[in-house]
Amino acid sequence: MSGTLHLAQGLDAINPVLNFSIFGAFVLITLVIVFRASRNTKTAADYYAAGRSFSGPQNGMAIAGDYLSAASFLGIVGAIALNGYDGFLYSIGFLVAWLVALLLVAELMRNTAKFTMGDVLAFRMRQRPIRAAAAVSTLAVSFFYLLAQMAGGGALVNLLLGIRSEVGQNVIIATVGVVMIIYVLIGGMRGTTWVQIIKAGLLIAGAAAMTVWVLALYGFDFSGVLADAVAQEGGKGEALLSPGAQYGINEVSKLNFLSLGIALVLGTAGLPHVLMRFYTVPTAKDARRSVVWAISLIGLFYLFTLVLGYGAGALVGPEEIANAPGGVNSAAPLLALALGGPVLLGFIAAVAFATILAVVAGLTITASASFAHDVYTSVIKKGQSGDDSARSEVRVARITAVVIGAAAVLGGIFAKEQNVAFLVALAFAVAASANLPTILYTLFWKRFNTQGALWSIYGGLVVTITLIVFSPAVSGSETSMIKGMDFAWFPLSNPGLVSIPLAFFLGWLGTVLSKEHNAKKQAEMEVRSLTGAGAEKAASH
Amino acid sequence: MTDTENGRAVGQGPDPDWEAVQAGPEFQELRRRLRVFVFPMTAFFLAWYLLYVLVADYAHDFMATPLVGNINVGIVFGLLQFVSTFVITGLYVRYAGSRLDPLADKIRGDIEGEEGK
Repeated sequence: MSGTLHLAQGLDAINPVLNFSIFGAFVLITLVIVFRASRNTKTAADYYAAGRSFSGPQNGMAIAGDYLSAASFLGIVGAIALNGYDGFLYSIGFLVAWLVALLLVAELMRNTAKFTMGDVLAFRMRQRPIRAAAAVSTLAVSFFYLLAQMAGGGALVNLLLGIRSEVGQNVIIATVGVVMIIYVLIGGMRGTTWVQIIKAGLLIAGAAAMTVWVLALYGFDFSGVLADAVAQEGGKGEALLSPGAQYGINEVSKLNFLSLGIALVLGTAGLPHVLMRFYTVPTAKDARRSVVWAISLIGLFYLFTLVLGYGAGALVGPEEIANAPGGVNSAAPLLALALGGPVLLGFIAAVAFATILAVVAGLTITASASFAHDVYTSVIKKGQSGDDSARSEVRVARITAVVIGAAAVLGGIFAKEQNVAFLVALAFAVAASANLPTILYTLFWKRFNTQGALWSIYGGLVVTITLIVFSPAVSGSETSMIKGMDFAWFPLSNPGLVSIPLAFFLGWLGTVLSKEHNAKKQAEMEVRSLTGAGAEKAASH
Repeated sequence: MTDTENGRAVGQGPDPDWEAVQAGPEFQELRRRLRVFVFPMTAFFLAWYLLYVLVADYAHDFMATPLVGNINVGIVFGLLQFVSTFVITGLYVRYAGSRLDPLADKIRGDIEGEEGK
């Protein structure tokens, strides 16, 4: 009973006016910066790649801003608070994944491509089919990720702004969508990058302050935080401190976790909005520096979430978190409330919104670049070059951004009540299956060719989506998207364990079954990717 | 402003002979140095991560072994993944700075100088 009493106080303490004002201030400040940044946005290189003028540390901040989504902040803190150790497992996969980007992908991609993944793949292959395939998988990953972010937005409005009415929530989702479209349309990549830098700064600073606060309450004894989290009534007790509370239920769930772990670590370096960030710096060395910064910031942030998760379990309690609107996602906001009262809650709520805004903007610009640059210019217009077509390409990219933004708003409104958590896992699985094998083969395997690339992209995409559709994530269990029907024959909600090896195999098979091999272009690509000769330079305005 | 949008930075003169550069001893050495570092290191960190995931997945009791207070093997093992990620990042930055960048810069200088003629 005491839990419910406390909860009622918790809800009253949510001060919508305060939360709105803090969030409004963030939007206002970033809009001013975006408008200022837009003065320098003229060419395609400006719009897609911010004139390649960001420094390594700046881009590292922006990568962290792009990568640390609301799901990874609210979701991981909540998962640790309720399920203990299993929530921590996510963050480790999300972090280790960056080594793939650092060692194998970032610098070579920066040296070879201009704007999109399609640029790298098309370098030594037949342009039109390969660009179309790269765009299809980029759009698919971006769309799944976007939908997950926007759907989460609805729950967040309910939780953080105290808006319970359907119409009110829809209005907020639409507003978030419109602000995001303005960022992308006006600011292009430069504006979007600044939004991500500011957001990453606020998010990491907020998490750091709360972490120090929690630790200070326990005399900087992390073991004491753990002891209190274990002692809380209604929780999982000792089981919180070791793995298995969520994934250790049976053999299938264990296999499912293994599959998820593999997709997380291999998916990151294939996420299109992450890849696109490498083109905003002047050289490969800056791309390396930005990944080093990103690894430091993201690693630090996940260490904070470990303390915050157990801290929320200890100071707020699992019952109260589970019963609050927003459930598991409410752990971080409720911890903020317990620590610093309504003001800190308002700050954390505003940061969570800023997070959705920034991630959605990054996805939208990536998807629009992929459509305009790969599909419109290379497939529809058959690669005519010249200033005229560059201008029309940017125009097409802007129109695409509006369309994608509108689709995201509609998706967010319709998917609001849906359990779409599997969409993030799906985005990672597609990125790891369709994109990563193709990128690695292109960069490191001499013999790789068009047919191999098409087989690994389309094969990886089709296999992943098929397995998800026929998995318990979509039908046949209590938490499925479609309840009351059962057409699931694939036992794992995370298809990576099957789809990733299969995509690597398909890429190899398609290659050896085709005689095509362009030695001259392969030589050019390899030399350019390793030395940076002829790489796109920074625009000097 | 420089026009790099159409990839003209390279294409102004006749294209360099990429296949000759690729076959040259300097480039072969650069390629060898890159691969000799990144391939084993990738294999190592993937195996180390996979070991962690498998132990977390199938050896709950081992992970629950207490070490200091409430800190158990699982938490230390998890934190070691952070440490190894930071250490590998540092090692690569050092290796790239001393063994890759100078050679890459030299080859690039040769290629771009050639074109400038």
